[in-house]
This record gives sequence, structure tokens and C-alpha cells, in this order.
Amino acid sequence: MGIDLAFVWAFLIAFAVLAYVVMDGFDLGIGILFPFFRDKRDRDTMMNSVAPVWDGNETWLVLGGGGLMAVFPLAYATVLTALYVPLIAMLLGLIFRGVAFEFRWRTTRWLSVWDWGFSVGSTVAAFSQGIALGALIEGIPVVDRAYAGGWWNWLTPFSIATGISLVIGYALLGATWLVLKTTGDLAARARDIARPATYLTLLGMGVFSLWTPLIGPHYLGRWLSFPAVIFSVLVPLLVLACVTAVLSGLNRQKDLQPFLASLGLFVLGFVGIGISFYPFIVPPSLTIHEAAAPRASLAFLLVGAAVLIPIILAYTAYAYWVFRGKIRPEEGYH
Amino acid sequence: MLENLDALLLARAQFAFTIAFHIVFPAFTIGLASYLFVLNALWLITKRQVYEQLFDFWKTIFAVAFAMGVVSGIVMSYQFGTNWSVFSDKAGPVIGPLMGYEVLTAFFLEAGFLGVMLFGLKRVGHGLHLFATGMVAIGTLLSATWILAANSWMHTPQGFEVNEVGQFVPLDWWAIIFTPSFPYRLVHMVLAAYLTTALVVGACGAWHLLRAHAPRRSATMFTMAMGMVAVVAPLQILAGDFHGLNTLEHQPAKVMAMEGHFESHPEGRAPLILFGLPDQENKRVDYEISIPGLSSLILRHGWNEPLDGLDTIPDELEPPVAVVFWSFRVMVAMGMAMLLLGLWSAIAWWRGRLTTDRRLLRAAVAMGPAGFLAVLAGWVTTEVGRQPYTVYGHLLTADSMSPVAAPAVATSLVAFVVVYFFVFGAGVFYIFRLMGRLPEEAEEEVLDKGPVRTAGITPGPAQGTQQGETHGH
Repeated sequence: MGIDLAFVWAFLIAFAVLAYVVMDGFDLGIGILFPFFRDKRDRDTMMNSVAPVWDGNETWLVLGGGGLMAVFPLAYATVLTALYVPLIAMLLGLIFRGVAFEFRWRTTRWLSVWDWGFSVGSTVAAFSQGIALGALIEGIPVVDRAYAGGWWNWLTPFSIATGISLVIGYALLGATWLVLKTTGDLAARARDIARPATYLTLLGMGVFSLWTPLIGPHYLGRWLSFPAVIFSVLVPLLVLACVTAVLSGLNRQKDLQPFLASLGLFVLGFVGIGISFYPFIVPPSLTIHEAAAPRASLAFLLVGAAVLIPIILAYTAYAYWVFRGKIRPEEGYH
Repeated sequence: MLENLDALLLARAQFAFTIAFHIVFPAFTIGLASYLFVLNALWLITKRQVYEQLFDFWKTIFAVAFAMGVVSGIVMSYQFGTNWSVFSDKAGPVIGPLMGYEVLTAFFLEAGFLGVMLFGLKRVGHGLHLFATGMVAIGTLLSATWILAANSWMHTPQGFEVNEVGQFVPLDWWAIIFTPSFPYRLVHMVLAAYLTTALVVGACGAWHLLRAHAPRRSATMFTMAMGMVAVVAPLQILAGDFHGLNTLEHQPAKVMAMEGHFESHPEGRAPLILFGLPDQENKRVDYEISIPGLSSLILRHGWNEPLDGLDTIPDELEPPVAVVFWSFRVMVAMGMAMLLLGLWSAIAWWRGRLTTDRRLLRAAVAMGPAGFLAVLAGWVTTEVGRQPYTVYGHLLTADSMSPVAAPAVATSLVAFVVVYFFVFGAGVFYIFRLMGRLPEEAEEEVLDKGPVRTAGITPGPAQGTQQGETHGH
């Protein structure tokens, strides 16, 4: 025995979701920012900056979903049923934005249709993910291994607020990605967007942190318990450090720094949520152990994950390396 | 009760709809990825420009089809939880890890190297680019392997026990992956994907040959595609026959429905029903046209071998007979048509008329969608034939569903139907348009061999040249 496989898997699923959020976050952000860039050449460049990697980014979402079914089937079954409406909305949004990567190069008459689909699809997907997060924090009732709530339970002021916050946060990632990958006027305007987006993201995180204990007093208890309290004290400082790093990077034209620092904001927020949830995977109904699949399932997939995830990270890093550097507008991939 | 039934029907309709749309894209891209690898390799080995041009041509089409496969596939990975949560909770411990391996070994591989394959040639050079194309092709095949292992377990489950909360608990992963139906299903599906792609590529080549567009490229792709059909179609029929015999052993009710056998034939001589209208309520086939005894011969390899019918199956455990009966016939008809097209092509090739026989070219164009039709019909046969179970013999479909209300399922079903027809309709239109645009080939002629010739204005001479070219290949 020895190793707590359920705990290891909770960590790995959390890692997959985090990888999804930081990677697909910036390419969803590109779509969210489309309305601020009207010129076709700008939009071509924005799209090309993520075209070679978006598919890999989105695969982490499939790993999060498929992996959850494999190792926490009860969590998968209850959460997906509880969040039926926002998840279907997310899937439909992802369809529109995913096909836009190919379709918008195949037509001139319908270019605006697929630009619109890319933008609205990205925004809807981001908003739905935020709503799903908010609804999960508010809690999902489970009775007899089944979701025991209504079809609109997810719709609350809190979940709307998390939805809006996530859209803004992804927009920040998208803007700092553009600062990193583009040049000239496009990069300058991305910088202009990144600044207010940073403040709004900070505001969103602040509201989120103050509102969460009001939703569930036990979250406050989690934050103040040892050793989580160390993180709780540090996190506001680290958030401010990241915000400062984003802003100073923008001002001093250090193009990588704002992107990394805004990723840092997401990592901090995500770790905070993880600490709040523990030991639950579906608060307040199912703990990690209650939802875990039988040991044989956990062990079988873990062997593969231990070998394959490092390999995946290696060739994903390679793909990013191949397409490193600034996008030149004239270097059309299509 | 009625409300539950409605939600169940709607959830089934939603799964059938979303997976039917989804399967069309992988069925095409599995074969196309391998074809692209072959073209890429031939281009590097022979340095012939025609392969490079064909690679670029099909690469763009692949990208569009693959994007649609990805987004419709994400829907599938969430559909289990939204609509089939009880199934997910119970069967998740067994099929979940198989799908997890699909993501880890296949999806990441495809997605990671797709960018390099599509956009990276100038950045990584020819060798690594070919490697990336190969990884994408391997990814598609690995994906098919894992998902068919999961699907086969649902048809012929083994290697598990059921725990106190009703979950299937894995005991022996080897047995779970290599279920009795898995090897047959895998071979049958991969061959189906290759045939589907070959028929599309062949139809595209034939279309341009008929219009004398870019004859070198069209002739090359047409020849390659028909060669594939001629070899694979007979193999596929053989594989299908083995798969059917395997099904007879493990899921006899499905075969009874396929055959339309309501009655048992204990003394043998079970007839092969070619056509008829199955009437499940009254347990008979109306207007039946059949060959006496042939079914016993095919399924049991003897005229006098006994064969059970649906009368041995309790009514509530019978699959919907008419659907299975007809979808099976559509699949077989398509298979036979492919066999004939392959034979015809082989004969035409032997006579040196492969790329000039206009009737053959027209037939090849008409057969372009046959692979998709056969794949869909085959899946309907096997999946509807599994009813009323999700996990055959162990978990009923009616007991697999989420506690969702009918309006929620109905609304999402309508949303999927509207979005899929709009989005994938547009995508298929773009694919058709891309296939229709094979640039004229003044430039390729110069580099390969022979004088520049403008094809398309005078069909006669152009055809003559095509023939010469094909033989030159």
C-alpha cells in the first residue's frame, strides 16, 4: 500500500486543469479580445500566434474530463450532471471557436461569421468555465451517488461574478500573450489593454476572496487552518508581486515578463482554490477518497500517466519552441 | 414514468446524433493521416513534385476535417457525464482508464505534432516534418485502438467484478483490453477508415480526371486510391465476416436482428433473408425474399446446422430489429459496391484504361460517400444491436442515464442539431470546395517531364496524355 493513489490523482487532475487554464486561457483570451481589433491583418496575426498550439492546449481539457471519469467517476458523474447547462454552453462555444481556426481562412464572404464565432465562442466558453467554477465552490448536493439539485442551481450572483472574472482574466492572458508574440501597433494596443485588464483581474480576485467565505464559512476555516494559513498570508503578497511584475514588464517593454506574471496570478488563484477544496473534490458532498475509483483503476492509469505526461510535456515544449519568437505579420501560416 | 422514457429517448437521440456526426471525421482523418504520411515519404524518397503537391493539397483538407473531429470529440468526452452519469459512475473505473490512455497516448500526440505538420516545414526541415506527419498518423491509429477497446468491452465485457455500490471493478486489465470482440472490431474499423479515405481521394481524383484538370496529380491520386480499394475491399469483407461470426458467438441477439430471424431453426436450413420488412410486434418478416438454408451455411458452415432465432430471447431484451436489419443491409450493399469498384479498377488497370475509362471515373465519383455511409450503417448495426444494454448483459441503457429532466436534454439536443448542421455543414462545404480546387499544373509539368500542355480545353488529347503518364508512373 503506502502511496495514497487517490491523493496523487487529485493532484494530477488538478495539474491537468491548471495546465488547461493557463494554456487554453491565453488562446481563449485572443478570441475574447477580437472585438478590440477590427483590422483583418491584426486578426490574422492574432490567430496565427496561437494556431499551431491551440489544439494541444485544448487537449488538457479532454484529459481533465476523461481523466476525471477514469479516476473519480462519481465526481465526473455528479459534477457534469449538476453543471449540465454551462458545460453544454461551453462545448458549443468551443465548437465555434475551434473550427474558426480553419474556416476563416477558407472563405471571404463568411469571414465575419467565423470571426464572430471565434470571438463569441471563446467568450462563452470562458464565461461558462467561470460559472462552473463558481457553482462548484457554492457546492453540489449529492444523494445516493447522484446529483440531487435542480437544473438552474448553478445560476447565482456569485457564479455570474466568477464567470465575468474568468473572462477578464483570460483576456489579460491573451493581451500579455500578444505583447509577447507580436510587434508594432498590435503589440502597443495589446499593452494598452493589458493594463486595465490587470487591475480588473486584481479586482476580480479580491471580490472572489472576500465573497467565498460568505458563500461557505468552512472555506474560511480551511484558509485559517495550519498549514494552509501560511499560504493564505503569503498569497496577497504574491498576487501584488505578480501584478507589479505585469505592470513593470509592460512599461519597460520586457515582453515575456507580463505573460509569465499573469500566468503567476492564475497559478496563485488556482492553488488557493485547491487548498479551499481539500479534502473535498465535490464540495461539500464528496471527498477525494469517496469519489475515487477502485485502486486497480487508479494504479493502471497512473503507470501510464507517470511515463507519458513527462513525454507529453517534452514534445509540447518542443512545439512551443519551434514556433517561438515574434510573429511576423507577413509570415502567414496559411 | 412517461417523462423518464422521454428523457431516455432524447438522451439516446443526443448521443446517437453527436457520435454519428463525430465518427464521420475520424473515419476520414485516420485514413487521410496515413495517406499524408505515405505522400510525404514518397515525396522525400522520389523527390517528385507531384507528391509534394498532393501532400499540400490533402494537408489543407485534413486540417479542416481534423478541427471538426477535435471539437465534436470534446463533446463526446463530456457527454458521458452530462447525460449518462450512472453509466459513468459504474463503468468509469473500467472504460475511463482506457479513454485516459487514449488522451495520453493519442490525442496529445496528434495535437502536439499537428502544428509542426501543418505550419512547421520551414522551421524544422524535411526530416522532422516527416516525423511529425508520422506521429499524427500513429496518433490517429492509437486513438482508434483505445476507443475501440473501450467500446468492445461494452459489447463483450470481461475481466471485472461488481462491487457493493454497483461499480464495475477491474480485475484483469489484459482481459478488459483484449475482449473477444476487440481484435475483429479494430481491424474492421481501421480498414473501414482506410476504405473511406480511399473512396474520397478516388472520387476527387476521378472528378478532376473527368474535367481534365491537373491530370498528373488527379491520375496519381486516383491510381493510388483505386489500388487501395482493390486490395482493401475484399479484405474488409473477409474481416466483416469474421467479426459477424464473433458477434454470433458473443451477442447472438444482434445477429438474429441483422438476419431478421424471429424463429429458430432447430433442424437447420435457416434461410438468408435478402430483403423484407421486419415486424417486431408480430414477430415476422413481411414480403420476405430469401434463399433457403444459406444463413445456416454462412453462420454455421453447414446446411443442416441449427440456428436460434429471436424466439429464444425475452421480448424486453431484443434489440430494435428493423433498424439493425436495414442498417446491416446498407453496410453490406456498400461493401459489395466497393468490391465491384475495386475489381473494375483492377481490370481497367490491367488493360491500361484506369484513368481514361469515363464510366469507371463516374462510378468512382458516385462512390465517394460510400465509405461514410457504410461506416455509419455499420455503427448503427453494432450499437443499436447492443440494445437494450450499454454494458452488454450487465447494465441496461434505461438504468445508465443521468437524473436529467427531459426539457434539459431536449433543449441541448436542439442546440446540438442546429449548431452541428450549421458549423459542420459549412465545414463540409469548405472541404468540397477545397477538393474542387486543384490548381492547373503548368508548373508541375515542367519540372517532372515532358512539354507543357494545357489540359482542360481539349479533353481528347489530354486524356491520351494522361494515359501515357499513368503508365509512366
